[in-house]
Amino acid sequence: MSDTHALGARERLAPSLPFRAALPRLNLRSYRRFLSPLVLILLWQAASMAGLIAPRTLAAPSTIIATAWELLLSGELPHHLLVSLGRVAGGLAIGVTTGIVLAVIAGLSRIGEEVVDAPMQMLRTLPFLALVPLFILWFGIGETPKIALVALGSAFPVYLTLFAGIRGVDPKLAEAGRVFGLDRRGLVRHVILPGALPSGLVGLRYALGSAWLSLVIAEQINATAGIGFLINDARDFLRTDVIVVGLLVYALLGLGADALVRAFERRALAWRPNLIKA
Amino acid sequence: MTDNRQVSVRGLTRRFGTNTVLHKLDLELEPGSFTALLGRSGSGKSTLLRTLAGLDPRPVEARIEVPEAVAVAFQEPRLLPWKRVWENVTLGLPGKGAPARAERALAEVGLARHRDAWPATLSGGEAQRTALARALVREPRLLLLDEPFAALDALTRIRMHALVLDLWRAHTPTTLLVTHDVDEAILLADRILVLDAGRIAADIPVGIERPRSHGDARFAALRRRLLSELGVEAEVIREAA
Repeated sequence: MSDTHALGARERLAPSLPFRAALPRLNLRSYRRFLSPLVLILLWQAASMAGLIAPRTLAAPSTIIATAWELLLSGELPHHLLVSLGRVAGGLAIGVTTGIVLAVIAGLSRIGEEVVDAPMQMLRTLPFLALVPLFILWFGIGETPKIALVALGSAFPVYLTLFAGIRGVDPKLAEAGRVFGLDRRGLVRHVILPGALPSGLVGLRYALGSAWLSLVIAEQINATAGIGFLINDARDFLRTDVIVVGLLVYALLGLGADALVRAFERRALAWRPNLIKA
Repeated sequence: MTDNRQVSVRGLTRRFGTNTVLHKLDLELEPGSFTALLGRSGSGKSTLLRTLAGLDPRPVEARIEVPEAVAVAFQEPRLLPWKRVWENVTLGLPGKGAPARAERALAEVGLARHRDAWPATLSGGEAQRTALARALVREPRLLLLDEPFAALDALTRIRMHALVLDLWRAHTPTTLLVTHDVDEAILLADRILVLDAGRIAADIPVGIERPRSHGDARFAALRRRLLSELGVEAEVIREAA
């Protein structure tokens, strides 16, 4: 009965051998990956210095870095960043919660599915960004329409993936759970929700992407603070450097959020074979 | 005085649409006995097992008595991949003593050192042994085995046969093994039932002392008899031998 336990063996070896062997190769490859963007930026810098790209078309990389530093030190960037983060956090909290609640209701009962799923499937075909005019009429131009738009954009991906995940749980596992004495609550907690989690987390990543997109659009609506405001304001003064800084911040926020979900995935889905091997 | 391992079924009929799967079936299992249920695919053996396990609805007109503590091992291990091995074993068990009981059950099936492993890292045999531990830890009075060896390779299967016999001897639950493997039935059970057309077509005691060997003349005779009960013709048997 000594079936070899491959994982255990690999774990024990891991800290010493493969690490040292893999290190130089990894470095070389990552250098190569950064090489071409670096060359492009240098070319851009050279073109700007030679006067080929006018500052009002696109600022030079060096100017952009200097501007970013200035905005950071003056407290302007942190202020706008916090406002934007607040909107995304508020919208996501509402949207993701709504998505989860609706998916659980629709996923766990026939009646729930009939009541919830049909309208959700209809609504999701609407491009939600097209609702901006209606939102302005309903909620005015304050914070509410911005948060509502983020919430709307993030609720659908979570709902759709989690609902599919709940319905995709292997009925044989649920049956085994029943044989071994799980009641309905136990089944939901130990079998159905953990089984739907991988799919739900994919939805969460979509939701984050959708949330940033909603934020960009929302912040074009008469904002007086936030990264979007910073960008719009800069446009009026032809400050392409500030615009690019704003865009970079958007990009970094998106990357950061994705990394956060992935870190959570690595912990919560540690049981999955592909993650075990990695 | 009835033993709390008594199993008794009277007049069980199950239909799916127009198809009658079980027809007025009667079944009596001795407390602590090991019975094998043979039958062609579609003969209703899984339906009978599922009814005993409480997985299928019990028809009102049938009288079914089974112990309260029933455990099942399925053809697939059916472990929850997101729970570690010991958590799978204690699934649905109440109380603080559950982890310690899981540990003992895992030791009994030889998996003590895998208690914290994820199911996806187990081999087929290890996963099926975990499923056995999960059934055992409930101290079942009725143990239902639904072709639990069918998906295993031949060598692992031999080891599993021995393990199941050991566990049965140690805990003496009334055991019902559903299988379509005649050799497996003769090797393990005290009594073999052949299910055909929704009824028990043959009820044969296995009077061979353990350990049993394929070379035994009584083994071969019983095997021939069971195969003919199952409708496999004599020529085919000779041909294959």
